[in-house]
Amino acid sequence: MTENMNILLFFVSCVLTNNFIFSRFLGCCPFLGVSNKVETSLSMGLAVTFVMTIASLFCYMIYNWLLVPLGITFMSTIAFILVIAALVQFVEMFLKKSSPTLYSALGIYLPLITTNCAVLGVATLNMNNGYNLLYSVLNGTFSALGFTLAIVLMAGVRERLESSHIPACMKGFPITLVSAGLMAVAFMGFSGLV
Amino acid sequence: MIILYAGLLLGILGLIFGGVLTFAAKKFHVEVDERVEQIKECLGGANCGACGYAGCDAFAQAVVDGKAPIDGCAPAGAKGIEKIGKIMGMEANVGERMVARVLCQGAKGVALDRYEYDGYKSCAVAAGLAGGPKACRFSCIGLGDCQDKCKFDAITMKDGLAHIDPAKCTACGACVKACPRSIISLLPVSQSVIVRCRNTDTARAARAVCMDACIGCGRCKKQCQYDAIIVENGLARIDHEKCTRCGECAAVCPCKCIVIE
Repeated sequence: MTENMNILLFFVSCVLTNNFIFSRFLGCCPFLGVSNKVETSLSMGLAVTFVMTIASLFCYMIYNWLLVPLGITFMSTIAFILVIAALVQFVEMFLKKSSPTLYSALGIYLPLITTNCAVLGVATLNMNNGYNLLYSVLNGTFSALGFTLAIVLMAGVRERLESSHIPACMKGFPITLVSAGLMAVAFMGFSGLV
Repeated sequence: MIILYAGLLLGILGLIFGGVLTFAAKKFHVEVDERVEQIKECLGGANCGACGYAGCDAFAQAVVDGKAPIDGCAPAGAKGIEKIGKIMGMEANVGERMVARVLCQGAKGVALDRYEYDGYKSCAVAAGLAGGPKACRFSCIGLGDCQDKCKFDAITMKDGLAHIDPAKCTACGACVKACPRSIISLLPVSQSVIVRCRNTDTARAARAVCMDACIGCGRCKKQCQYDAIIVENGLARIDHEKCTRCGECAAVCPCKCIVIE
């Protein structure tokens, strides 16, 4: 029971309190780049969830079973990047063969995730916080869900912004950044929840 | 020793991942329609994006899927479009080749300057600053926004005016979109008689800012035997369907703003 409760708390903490975009400011590039439409942002979020979950698992294994025994933990960043890049490539090939519909839905976003700091960020956070295997994977999934929530909300806001009257100098990215800032302030309200 | 471990580990990991990826590439190989490759060969290959797709690859795929028209790639030219038509087994409806023309002659000394501009080298920025550095609000600003966008090296800047080489121009339309003054237009390549001005101000106002501005006097319209010239809003315009390229209008134009290429 307490274990379940812990996981629930962990979920709330990852999705709301320590939201990747609004609290940690990781993954801001896709957050601004692919939040034009709710549909595409949702696919991006799902692609990130997928990759971050698997990346957490693999990075945990590489770190704890190879780097720590050999005493070369300083290699973690470069090893993580290697793992993530190879993983995304593999997943892309696999999806292209097994599920063309999902592949075309994710489209360009899948390879884009390779260079996404959120994925490297989750692996590094897992390592720094000393999470065990279960919590590493959960952290990956939940944080990515938080990312999805943020990007979908933002896409909704931006769709509304499209049809509203905005001063010419604020059109486009300026107003988007202002909205993102306001959303970050709103998310600050969740701090202290867990 | 630690360095050795680090190097070895990274090398071995790289080898394993490389091996797995090579295996996966073979195992999960997906047959691509060979027409996509063939069509890609016929395209302009500049990834200019003028067709509205992400690049030449995406356009070729869209043509094969039947989503894009076979003549959607302007840089491919008439020959390229014909080839694509053959690959797709469709009759290509090739219109006349278009080229981009700069509709301004306001070089330095011809058009008056409003002020000396010494800011960021961008027409879009300069245009927003007190109406632009040249007195004429329809003039070429001459800071080369179109040149930056041209993937085919067809635009040169000379005396504060853009010049387009018709031989290199592929009519992709990137410069037309880039120009903040909208003075670049796509015209049929055979249309050799061109009104090189967009000034719709009154004759007095136009003449006050540029020596070569069209003042809308209508002498060209009177001279034209084919009824091909329309003068509206103080600006002459040539109907390309009716124009026979005789050049009589250019001879009588008092402002020398109708030119024969």
